[in-house]
Amino acid sequence: MNNVFVYCEIDGVAVEEVSFELLTKGRKLANQLGVQLEAIAAGSGITGKVEKDILSYGVDKLHVFDAPGLYPYTSKPHTSILVNLFKEEQPQICLMGATVIGRDLGPRVSSSLTSGLTADCTALEIGDYDDKKQGKHYDNLLYQIRPAFGGNIVATIVNPDNRPQMATVRSGVMKAEKVAEYYNGEIVYEDVAKYVPDTDYVVRVIERHVEKAKNNLKGAPIVIAGGYGVGSKENFDLLYQLADELHGEVGASRAAVDAGFCEHDRQIGQTGVTVRPKVYIACGISGAIQHVAGMKESGIVISINTDPEAPINQIADYVITGSVEDVVPKMIKSYKENSK
Amino acid sequence: MSLKIVVLAKQVPDTRNVGKDAMTPEGTVNRAALPAIFNPEDLNALEQALRLKDEHPGSSVSILTMGPPRATDVIREGLFRGADNGYLLTDRAFAGADTLATSYALSMAIRKMGMPDIIIGGRQAIDGDTAQVGPQVAQKLDLNQVTYVTAIESVKDGKITLVRSIDGGIERVEAPLPILLTVNGNAAPCRPRNAKLVMKYKRATAPMERPADGQMPYAEEYEKKPYLTVTQWSVADVDGDLAQCGLAGSPTKVKAVQNIVFKAKESKRLTGSEADIEGLVKELLESHTIG
Ligand SMILES: Cc1cc2nc3c(=O)[nH]c(=O)nc-3n(C[C@H](O)[C@H](O)[C@H](O)COP(=O)(O)OP(=O)(O)OC[C@H]3O[C@@H](n4cnc5c(N)ncnc54)[C@H](O)[C@@H]3O)c2cc1C
Repeated sequence: MNNVFVYCEIDGVAVEEVSFELLTKGRKLANQLGVQLEAIAAGSGITGKVEKDILSYGVDKLHVFDAPGLYPYTSKPHTSILVNLFKEEQPQICLMGATVIGRDLGPRVSSSLTSGLTADCTALEIGDYDDKKQGKHYDNLLYQIRPAFGGNIVATIVNPDNRPQMATVRSGVMKAEKVAEYYNGEIVYEDVAKYVPDTDYVVRVIERHVEKAKNNLKGAPIVIAGGYGVGSKENFDLLYQLADELHGEVGASRAAVDAGFCEHDRQIGQTGVTVRPKVYIACGISGAIQHVAGMKESGIVISINTDPEAPINQIADYVITGSVEDVVPKMIKSYKENSK
Repeated sequence: MSLKIVVLAKQVPDTRNVGKDAMTPEGTVNRAALPAIFNPEDLNALEQALRLKDEHPGSSVSILTMGPPRATDVIREGLFRGADNGYLLTDRAFAGADTLATSYALSMAIRKMGMPDIIIGGRQAIDGDTAQVGPQVAQKLDLNQVTYVTAIESVKDGKITLVRSIDGGIERVEAPLPILLTVNGNAAPCRPRNAKLVMKYKRATAPMERPADGQMPYAEEYEKKPYLTVTQWSVADVDGDLAQCGLAGSPTKVKAVQNIVFKAKESKRLTGSEADIEGLVKELLESHTIG
């Protein structure tokens, strides 16, 4: 009762990396609260395939739901699993990935249980809360921390009264760390029919094409990121040329994506990808907090910006005051001449 | 088969154009300086609804929005592009709603409207990027849902076939009606305003937008043309439970808002000159940072 739960996302019969990251965070939160960490895995034919991996992140109890209709994911059956399990188990915290699946499932579960859900958290902590209006004090709430719209501000959200306290986190924000290769947790093979009514299996996936990772942005040692200041899709080609030379990957700000300069899956930031490259070259990016949230752990930051006062310059190791169109071709030329 | 379609639309501050003039010296955004716009992905949703209406004669498209009276702008915009009518949910008691309280209010309004065949909204709103309200509404109405829709292929025999994006790929999905869909920004863009519809609906307003007392301009016109009066509902009108609306109905509370000051690094300042760039590239090569 009142444990920390993590919903593990399954691709085929493998657990997604984001779930390991959340299990790692969940383990720490459970330790702090003095409760157990429990995990849920739902899919088809996963028995014997996922248990050891999940337990190795320090899971005390794993609930396995294995039935033909649970993969590929559809909304209702997975919602029923979580809602009905949570009614029995009364978790205090539930974490899931801010992935297509987590963003489809989390809100349904929160809606059904009328519990609060905070999307795209960049940090999760435990702390106290005083509700001044009601004169009430709460111990050990989950602080759900995320940038908020309205400037360089970060909001700490709490759910004082409703359980579970739910949060989604993007992949790559937290770090995955195993506790032990063979962690001695309990495994429960649940009776799926007890949780999911037959009427839930009505949405049918007819066809599915997945190309794993079109780009290697997350793992790239060098990232050349373009913002609204790059000006056009054509100018983004300059960034691709530089990326080719440096064996890096191209990323973008949300403004550049919204403007159609670059595909959405290259967006870096709070609601995009989190990167930790050795070198981050920010081209025409102002440095809004939502963007910085996804790149602040980069090694060396180089900013190319026409505005010498751009906020990103404050966290840059090298500030080049100039335009992208002018500076990037010079970098390419100079690299070609000097690297052997 | 004619379809009853409800489009969920939100008026949002244009977060994509936070110009320098919208920033205060403290580094916060002056929201009043930002234009209020039709949430971009809700326009993609509207287009999908209008296409269904084109293909299925006799269908109706209603716009539902929650917000202050000025949010009627999104209803008018919808009417200009081909929607049949609009519903404005407005009440002080709705203020301060998080996604859950918002979804409660919207679901109560939809019940009041009579259950549609298809509810369709944008995947997410640009002022929060949470993508939560659509699925939360679906759950409250016990509907199936398909999120991240990029195209609707067909609606036939009570079934809808669509294409959606998933992480790293696409899915084709078939589902029975009624259903709630959320539409991605890479779905077809919304058609432009239609000049005739602009003429027809330009004076469409919600009662709260009109002068409270005294002479109402065009009073006669409003009397003759009921479609110029946008339906406006309060909490009571949708039989809402006050405890589930607005701030009171929001389980998430903001504990604190903190201004973030980036810890300034000591940075090397360079110009865009060939010499400066060459110097930098050489430095990075020598330290094996690149190359
Ligand atoms: C809920 C929410 C979530 C968000 N999530 C993200 C996210 O995940 N990632 C993200 O990036 N943003 C996100 N944003 C948006 C973020 O707040 C900023 O709007 C965005 O990052 C700005 O992008 P930008 O720096 O490219 O554009 P701008 O802020 O417009 O900056 C453009 C920069 O280019 C410079 N410039 C102009 N011309 C040139 C030139 N020729 N050469 C060089 N420099 C030039 C300008 O001086 C300026 O500094 C989010 C916002 C919200 C509300």
